[in-house]
Amino acid sequence: MADATPLLKLHNVCKSFGGIQAVSSITFDVFAGESVGLVGPNGAGKTTLFNCVCGQLRPEQGDIVFDGVALTGLPTYKRARLGIGRTYQRVEVFMDMSVRDHLMVAERSRRGEGRLWRDLCNMSKTTKDEEERVDAVLELVGISQLADTSVNALGLGNCRLVELARALATEPKILLADEPSSGLDLRETSELAAVLRTVQRERGTAVLLVEHDLAMVAEVVDRAVVMDLGAMLAEGTFDEVMADPQVRDAYLGQMGISA
Amino acid sequence: MEQFLGFALPGVPYGCTYALVAVCLVLTYQATGVFNFAFGAQAFASAFIFTYLTEFHGWSGFEAFLVTVVALGPIMGWAFDRLIFRHISNSDSTTKMVCSLALLVGIPSLLPVIFGAQNLDATVTILPFFNPNVVYFTIAGTPINGIYLSTISVTVVVLVLLTILLRYTSLGLQMRAAVESRRLVQLDGVNGNGVVAVAWIVSSFMASLAGVLFAPVFGAFTSEDYVTLTVTAIAAAAWALLRSLPIAAAVAVFIGVLTTVLQGYISPSSFFYAAIIPSLPFIFLVGALLLLPKLRELDANRDPLATIDPPPPPIAATTRAPSMDRIIRVGWWVIFAGFCVSMLTWIPDAWTTVFNNGLTLSIVLLSITLITGMAGQLSLCQATLAGVGAFTAAQLANHLGLNLLVGGILGALLAAATAVLLALLSLRLRGLGLALMTLAFALFMDATFFNAVSITGGPEGVSIQSKWLGTKEFFNFNGHAMFLLSLGVLIVAVIVVLLVRRGTVGRNLAAMRGSETATAGLGVNPSWQRIVVFALSGAVAGIGGLLHSLEQQVVSPTDWNADFSLVLVVLVVTTSVTTVEGAIQAGIGFFVTEQILTTVLPARIGASSLTVVLFAFGALTYAQHPEGVLEYQKRRSTQRFERLFFAREAEAEELKARAISASGANG
Repeated sequence: MADATPLLKLHNVCKSFGGIQAVSSITFDVFAGESVGLVGPNGAGKTTLFNCVCGQLRPEQGDIVFDGVALTGLPTYKRARLGIGRTYQRVEVFMDMSVRDHLMVAERSRRGEGRLWRDLCNMSKTTKDEEERVDAVLELVGISQLADTSVNALGLGNCRLVELARALATEPKILLADEPSSGLDLRETSELAAVLRTVQRERGTAVLLVEHDLAMVAEVVDRAVVMDLGAMLAEGTFDEVMADPQVRDAYLGQMGISA
Repeated sequence: MEQFLGFALPGVPYGCTYALVAVCLVLTYQATGVFNFAFGAQAFASAFIFTYLTEFHGWSGFEAFLVTVVALGPIMGWAFDRLIFRHISNSDSTTKMVCSLALLVGIPSLLPVIFGAQNLDATVTILPFFNPNVVYFTIAGTPINGIYLSTISVTVVVLVLLTILLRYTSLGLQMRAAVESRRLVQLDGVNGNGVVAVAWIVSSFMASLAGVLFAPVFGAFTSEDYVTLTVTAIAAAAWALLRSLPIAAAVAVFIGVLTTVLQGYISPSSFFYAAIIPSLPFIFLVGALLLLPKLRELDANRDPLATIDPPPPPIAATTRAPSMDRIIRVGWWVIFAGFCVSMLTWIPDAWTTVFNNGLTLSIVLLSITLITGMAGQLSLCQATLAGVGAFTAAQLANHLGLNLLVGGILGALLAAATAVLLALLSLRLRGLGLALMTLAFALFMDATFFNAVSITGGPEGVSIQSKWLGTKEFFNFNGHAMFLLSLGVLIVAVIVVLLVRRGTVGRNLAAMRGSETATAGLGVNPSWQRIVVFALSGAVAGIGGLLHSLEQQVVSPTDWNADFSLVLVVLVVTTSVTTVEGAIQAGIGFFVTEQILTTVLPARIGASSLTVVLFAFGALTYAQHPEGVLEYQKRRSTQRFERLFFAREAEAEELKARAISASGANG
């Protein structure tokens, strides 16, 4: 825990769809430079909570404060500019674009560029500095060799890495990673865990990780929050929450793992 | 009450025919995911042939009904599915819309080519026991004749049968299941293609039925009347969220009745009569688009099996060998220089006019390259924006004596402002919703501003006078001067489009085409990017509109109506909507083709109609080649050429590597 003031503060967040309470009174904090796992069985409401944080969904109740700024009412792009980076459960890549261009969109956005007059004056050419920053992120994630490849030609695993690199290119204060290891093999998952650790420890980026691969969660996170059916079951270190009988009942039991 | 009923009852037959087409739209959308703009055109085709057979060849109504509704309607539906829509069932909504728009544009243009231009006056109904000339009874003083009875009774029977089919049969269940993915229902052992074909056959039968029912209600009819039918049906289907058949039918009847009620109560000489009543369907449509949030999610469905589809092919310029690229670049410059020299020296005046028309239209088409090619959104009002630019400049010159070219810049700014207003109204709309909003806007402008004599000079338009150009000697509609002016503006427009595409805005738009959610998640404001591209597109269309009207020497509302907006989309899609050369080839190709056909074909065939038909059929190839049929042919011929002359191993390897890395690159 690097700082006493939470970077991301969720208080009593609720979201329902019709009669289904997808997220119910969720309250927890994430501190700067910290890595928190958000785990729970399918349908627990983890991705819905991510969508509430990023602005894709509007919670009915509760407060979400990021870096001292209340996020209520802010559109997604403004939240991203505050320093919230994200990867998606269902891969969201820009079809027809190369991997390098993916990161360039993020890099330009980070710099706050994108004015039409600059394009019309031919002042939007890629600079050496931008190239170097993009190359550094590609190197960090381990996909330098794919830089000029169109994402159309990539498999699911590499697309997930592209998403991660793209999110990191914005230099977020917090990275919300939604099942990043889905579609990756064991070696790739291990490498991804190493990347997340590096991002957290060397760059000081907080990580909020949704993941079903509990071995990876155990390897990456400092703390874990467990959700089930929209509600928060437990919070603590990974070992603590895994030892919680409620968690074992709702989560591990369902997966057929005997504790 | 009696007066109200007297006004309301005449609207019921109109409402019934609107209801049939609205139900067709819902049925097809539910079963196939295609929003078929062409149902109105299918209805018109059936009515056209029905009336042609009964009026000119003495067929009875029943015989003509069998041919046009029972046979032709289902055949059209089957053919559309088998030849076009089956191949794009997994494509995005833009592809599906483009194909149906091509049919909407192509079918009404094809009829005069086949049958010759006809003045049609329908008096025959399809049910022999209901005589249109006999008043069977009166309600509230309104005579109920055979037209009323046949229209209402047939509509009710058909809607009841359709509801039973969809709700209580296994076929109906399979139709509803097939909408998400035909391939998915096939995995369950259902003949997905067969189910969807039945949906097409049924809906096309109903569209044809609506057409022949609608014709005698109108009496003398034109394809314009069927535009009203289509838009009203679209508005009704929109209020039903493209889901509920009863709501679609009810809203359609309501609009029909409301129209005649307002016609009854509002004085024909008032502004509201002229402006509001023709705009009623558009008002309903815009209302639905603005007020029903679920309409914004229409394109959200994705085929779960979409990931097994191969990526779209790359454009030729991204994969050709460097040596080939150099040859092509040099070749283009040689052709360009030769074209310029020829235009200024030996090309006859008639052909100079043709090429000038092509160049000026290319500028308007570049505005579609911006919106559709770069932003991936379909705008169906680009001709309207061009008209805004042209009329503004013409009226500023006419009333204030402002130089036409200076007025052109102001006109472009007004067109840009109009486009921004439209973008703000449709910020939350994408794909189909945006296309419908822009179409409604174009039709609304046709019915209001473009219909106002004080603005547009009436159907004749505003004649452009040479003195408005200031330098009479140079710009006196001289073909060479116009060529230089058009070419100069076109080059500027091309540079603007290329700079934007290669710049940050272009990259952001390309990202938004892939995933707007993820783009916003990176800190890019998608709404602002859309407003920027709409504004730029409006300005380019506005300036192009003025130049094109300048070449025609008249600014006429019929030149820039909603129909022409659809034609513009069809033109540029046929060549390539993603490249600037596609817009130029479409603009010049359209007028060159028309000129050639005018020269070689007899006048009765109608070269203009046939040109539109040819491009419409060309646009249908968008289904197989979304990069444009010319772009597809370019890629093929480039590959053939490279195989013949550049087969060196190293280069072949390089080609292969670039083809992989650029796979799917569209710009």
